[in-house]
Amino acid sequence: MAKVEAKAKEKKPKKKQTLGMKILTALFTVVSIFYVAPVVIVFMNSFKSNAAISRGPFELPTADTFVGLQSYITGMFYGNHPFWQTIACSLFITVGGVFLILFCTSMCAWYIQRSNTVLCKIIYYFCIFSMVVPFQMVMFTLSKTADTLHLTSPWGILVIYLGFGAGLAVFMFSGFVKSIPLEIEEAADVDGAGPLRTFFGIVLPIMKPTFISVAILETMWIWNDYLLPYLILDKSYRTIPIHIQYLNGSYGHTDTSAIMALIVLSIIPIIIFYFACQKYIIEGVVAGAVKG
Amino acid sequence: MFKKPKRKIYFLIFVLPTLLAFIIGFVYPFFSGIYLSFCKFRTTSDATFVGFDNYIKAFQNEGFIRSFWFTALFVVVSVVLINLIAFFVAYALTLGIRGSNIFRTVFFVPNLIGGIILGYIWQLIFNGILQYYGTNINLDARFGFWGLIILMCWQQAGYMMIIYIAGFQSVPGDLYEAARIDGAGKGQLLKNVTIPMMAPSITICTFLTLTNSFKLFDQNLALTGGAPGVVSESGTMIYQTQMMALNIYNTFYANQNSRGVGQAEGVIFFLIVVVIALAQLYFTRKREVQQ
Repeated sequence: MAKVEAKAKEKKPKKKQTLGMKILTALFTVVSIFYVAPVVIVFMNSFKSNAAISRGPFELPTADTFVGLQSYITGMFYGNHPFWQTIACSLFITVGGVFLILFCTSMCAWYIQRSNTVLCKIIYYFCIFSMVVPFQMVMFTLSKTADTLHLTSPWGILVIYLGFGAGLAVFMFSGFVKSIPLEIEEAADVDGAGPLRTFFGIVLPIMKPTFISVAILETMWIWNDYLLPYLILDKSYRTIPIHIQYLNGSYGHTDTSAIMALIVLSIIPIIIFYFACQKYIIEGVVAGAVKG
Repeated sequence: MFKKPKRKIYFLIFVLPTLLAFIIGFVYPFFSGIYLSFCKFRTTSDATFVGFDNYIKAFQNEGFIRSFWFTALFVVVSVVLINLIAFFVAYALTLGIRGSNIFRTVFFVPNLIGGIILGYIWQLIFNGILQYYGTNINLDARFGFWGLIILMCWQQAGYMMIIYIAGFQSVPGDLYEAARIDGAGKGQLLKNVTIPMMAPSITICTFLTLTNSFKLFDQNLALTGGAPGVVSESGTMIYQTQMMALNIYNTFYANQNSRGVGQAEGVIFFLIVVVIALAQLYFTRKREVQQ
């Protein structure tokens, strides 16, 4: 076992599979199937009638229970709210929020690290502190503040996300800035580049790996966030989690198969995104954890 | 880099946008939240100072106390289970077995799906199983508890596994070599080489699972919403599977007159999270070895 493990570190392209390892592969294959089963079951149920879902959610659709794309069609306007608007809202807030966070906090983190004033140190420690504070402690005052400042539109909520997401982002960018040798920037300074040019021309390209990590972590957070947008956004806007929760929580008859269809539709973009940039996502998670 | 005369201008360009948003989104809500926890209020403008009244009421609130114990139990079980599973899966996946990359990919998937959606997916599954026994997840607090545990393990194990894998890969191979020459067996290798070298990863993962489990809200809301509710001896409705975050939320928004109490509970919740997180970091950091 131990020999095998030492070899694994060297990353040899092909290794001889011992019996124990073959058993492990088989075991993990079974576990993997169970792991994806919940998602597959939801997918399966999105093609079944409501009655069939409540009778037995684990049965495959039969000729009697198969309803085709019916649930997807009802799902589109289910709950008197067009689903494409929900997707658009989620997409806008996530993309806008992540870009705003990346742009503003990277600049902020660089300035904070490079000019060590007392104010900068205070900002830095407050950012770290903000990561531990549970949302329930600030939810009421935050939503009132957003109301007063008229930040309840999808544009306004970007400011809130910048503020609430700044902690992690400033912390991660600062950690990286610390590791950039000062000489590079001093050389640029001698050559007559101002701070703006130094930042955008030199520091920003070096920070690319951290940009990706922060982008991944913030995307996963904002896309799936429920309570913050629910409390802050005007009731006419709904992100995907708000919409799903609204449909389930509403009283009276719920159209389960339509909800299944919407869940499938909202999972698909994430899965595609995941397989497209899997490498970065995994690296981003590791980088975020090691620095956190 | 930033010379005196122009420093202020660059401060405005570089820091001010983030700082303003940070004040709006965190600093002001945080401090006014602390202030409001000492007030009786419905909105922020009609607050009247009442001292520690809200805190006293919070500690007398049966639902809050019950949600604390429920959360504490949940945190202990989920932190232990998630870390054990993630640690050993990560160990197995670094042995070089065939398909390691595929398994890693699959185990991470649940992290991409939001808590609300996960909650409803599992509600469908649990109710699908339980209906064969003529019951459902909202009828028994034990179902809700273990349901949440299964959900959280399913979701978080993959994330922690990724961190543990990175940890295993950073343990230098010659340490094992040296230990083996000294005659260490498999068990000793694990106990005396792997686990001490993995201490930083263990610290991070327990910290993340601890804070995540403590602050859990979305999954709790979607899976059971706190059901079943039972009327206690003193006549108040106690929701059996309600965690602290959900309890505070309900105290706030279900009853406008108890908002001060809700805010005080929020502050207590915050203090508990900070104390536990700091204590945990302190104890596990002590065990880490310098590389």
